[in-house]
Order: sequence, then structure tokens, then C-alpha cells
Amino acid sequence: MRAFSFERATSPAEAAAAVARTPGAKFIAGGTNLLDLMKLEIETPTHLVDVNDLGLDKITPTDDGGLRIGALVRNTDLAADNRVRRDYGVLSRALLAGASGQLRNKATTAGNLLQRTRCPYFYDPAMPCNKRKPGSGCAAIGGFNRNLAIMGVSDKCIATHPSDMAVAMRALDATVETVKPDGKTRAIPIADFHRLPGDTPQIETNLQPGECITAVTLPRPIGGKHVYHKVRDRASYAFALISVAAVVRDDGTGRLAFGGLAHKPWRVEAAEAKIGDGAKAVTDIALAGAKTTPQNAFKLPLVERTLGGILTEARA
Amino acid sequence: MNDDNPIGINRREMLASGFATAAATSVPISAQAKPQPADQPNRMKVTMTVNGEKRTLDLDTRTTLLDALREHLELTGTKKGCDHGQCGACTVIVDGRRINSCLSLAVMHPEAEVTTIEGLGKPDKLHPMQSAFIRHDGYQCGYCTPGQICSAVSTLQEMRDGIPSHVTADLEGTPPFSVDELRERMSGNICRCGAYSNIMEAMLDVAGERA
Repeated sequence: MRAFSFERATSPAEAAAAVARTPGAKFIAGGTNLLDLMKLEIETPTHLVDVNDLGLDKITPTDDGGLRIGALVRNTDLAADNRVRRDYGVLSRALLAGASGQLRNKATTAGNLLQRTRCPYFYDPAMPCNKRKPGSGCAAIGGFNRNLAIMGVSDKCIATHPSDMAVAMRALDATVETVKPDGKTRAIPIADFHRLPGDTPQIETNLQPGECITAVTLPRPIGGKHVYHKVRDRASYAFALISVAAVVRDDGTGRLAFGGLAHKPWRVEAAEAKIGDGAKAVTDIALAGAKTTPQNAFKLPLVERTLGGILTEARA
Repeated sequence: MNDDNPIGINRREMLASGFATAAATSVPISAQAKPQPADQPNRMKVTMTVNGEKRTLDLDTRTTLLDALREHLELTGTKKGCDHGQCGACTVIVDGRRINSCLSLAVMHPEAEVTTIEGLGKPDKLHPMQSAFIRHDGYQCGYCTPGQICSAVSTLQEMRDGIPSHVTADLEGTPPFSVDELRERMSGNICRCGAYSNIMEAMLDVAGERA
């Protein structure tokens, strides 16, 4: 691990300003992904701004009947919150499907959104990776890519976003609240938060340098049956091959977002009008334009069948 | 430390002296190297309560909580396995919650209450989970055991606190102390020897349930 200086921020705006004014600085909250990457020298911050003292660890009601989740609410606490379990079950389920008990106790809401891909070539400094070293090439295209992306890929990168939580938040139309180094705040719809790889896979979100996440807000509950179905190579503590976050109402309307398919949680709103026509009708639209490899083409039927199971269960 | 040790030197001291010898014979290379200003260590003080005792350390900021415990406080019960949060051998309890001590910096824990395997119980007064692991033979080589026990103690507490898991059927109900629940909740602790079934017996015993 490279050496770094360390400071403990006392307000979100101060934290943002500290990161913005120090070249090579990064925020650290739970640290469960950042320290992993720092040990491998994939992340090499020269300065860490510890945001754990910012008091952003509360879940509070919003004026319009939703919930504001502080950026530092731990994954365990978010999943266990009675309001989340009752009104946003898909979010609890997604969180509980991710990581291990120890990691969920430390990992934060904002950190979960900002975690990096687990593409094996991103993690291997001996291999080319446009995300880790822009311009070096992509070893995953033509390499071992069984668990990599099929939607929204580019010829520079086929990495997936590893979060389960973010997939549920995408289905729930969450909003990411931030403060910028100049103290101004803004709200970013989660649909616009993560980016597709394009020509700049190293830029994963639309956050500006130093911009600090303060909360994620959920709109008022939409009812319906909440399901998060994650398919993985072992029953627990593994990243998704594919996942489906679903909210299905009795009248056949609903929301669907998919994990393990793209550089961001994948949702095509137009496909949701087809929920009543079955899984194939939905995936014909949601997965149109898929670009698969011989190793990961299995994801297309796997998504359709997983969704089919969910829709059958929802109608029961 | 170990009264029946005939030569009066423990394994750790033996290893440490071995490393010191190796270092002494290979010093010239590092002695010739120029210092790299860009990578100078930064030091910081941190005070935390470890197993009930207040401890102040002056550490390189890179020091993980795991290394602070093992290398600076000589609490070597907590083990380093993968050092990447995948195996759970480094599990300790911080402010009442189990965490991977390898994925946390010591300087991120000012004023924290840390409990390691040494703090759960003592040889003459074991924690019920420590006794249960012995009774049910919940280990073979023992390397993962301190992490397994800290995790098991926290797991039962998380269930008593009503925290649901991936396998909890009713998200709004109280999770049952079932084998399925315990197995899911313990998935962050790997046992290379495969003592899982006996670990389960030990946990069910402490939880007051029999398999």
C-alpha cells in the first residue's frame, strides 16, 4: 500500500473541499472496497478524508412521504430498518443478498454506490485494463468474460457494476443527494448517476471532483410485491451472474431493474409496460441490442427465466 | 505465555528472531536505496479501548486494525488469512458489530471499543461460544477459529436484534435460530478444514437449540 496522509472531516462541505483541494485525495467511509484496492495498489490515494464523523448515519422521513437515507448508513442498518423492510422490501432483499455479515456492518450507502467493478482484469495489474490504466486496452474482451457485461458495453470496457443495492434503488427511482466543494448541493436521479463505459470507462459516475454524497432519497412507497432475485455461482457471499429487482403490483404494472448485465444498474422503462405479457415480452425490449460473448451469452436466457419465475410468483 | 514450553521461547518469538536474522543478512540492498519522498510514511496517534483496556498507538496511517492488534498490541489471536475480507479469519467485534479488521484502518477507529478472541473469555473463564466450540470440536487446524467464534457471537446477537438475512422468509418477522439462517449469516467465515457442521452444532448449542 502506498503512503497517504489522513484527516477526519467535520462537515460534508469541508470534506468535499478537502478532497477537491488535495490532488490524489479520496473519501473513505467503510473502506471495505477502497482498502482492498489500495493493498493491490489499484487505488493509490495520497490523502484520505475520513467522512465517518459527518453524522450522515440516519434514516429520516422526507416531506413527500419517502425516506432519506444518510450516506453513512451501514448496509446492515439499511436492510434492517423497519420502514425499508415494510415499504421498500426489494431494497432490503438486495442488500441482504450482497457481501457478508461483516462487510455489511461496515459498508455504507454511498460507498456501495461507488464501489468498483470486480472484473478480474481490473484487479490484475499485470493485465491491460482501460478502467485501471486508460489507453492500455481491455483484456476482458476476448479473455475470461463469463461474468462480464452484455448491455451498454463499448469496445473499451465490458465491466459490470457489482452492487446489488444500486439495482434495487434504480427500480425505486432513488435520488442521490450531494454537496460540491463550493458548498452547493444537488440531487442526481440514480438513472443519471452511473455512466456507461463508452470511451472513458475510468469515469464511472457523473460526480464532479470532490463532490460528496450526503444521502440517497427514496420517493413515497409504490406498494406492490417486492422481489430481488440474485443468481450466483454459490448460495451466499458471491457477486451476481445476473439479478432482477422487481416491484409488481396487482394490476400488472411494475418496475424492473437488472444487475450483473452492465456498467450500471440496467433498466428500460418501456419494457415495464409488457409485464402483463410475460417475461419474454419484457426481455425482448429490455435486453434489445445485447452484445454477448460465447462465454456470457447464457445471461440472456437466464434473465428471461429468472424474470419468468418472479412474474409467476407475483401472480400467485 | 506457555508454562510447559521447555526452552522458554514461544513460536512467535522464534519466528520474529528468524525474520530478524534474515533481515540482517540482506540489509545492503535496502540500505543503498534512496528514500522516496513521495511515499514517505505518515504517522498518526489513535486511542481505542481493546478488550476493556485503553490503548494509545502511534501508527503509520496504512496500518490496518488487524495489523495494529497483531503487530503493535501483540494480540495474535486474531488471524490474517486473505487480508482482503474474503475469509473472515480477521473478524473482531468493534462497537458491538463484527467486522473484517483487515479492511479497516486503525486510524479510522478513535475511541472505538474493540473485542478480540482474547477479550471474549480467558482460559480459566471461557466465553460460552468458546466452550461450545471445544465441546463440539468446531475446528481442526484452528486458524479460522478466532474469527469464527467472534463472528458466531455477533451472529447470535444480530439475530436477537431482529436483523433479517438473505434466507429470512418473512422480512418483517423474527428470524428463527435455524441451520439455514446460521449458515447464511456465517458465510463470510471460511474454514479450509471443513469444520462447518460442528461449528453449526456449537452455535445451536449456545443459541439454546439442538440440531
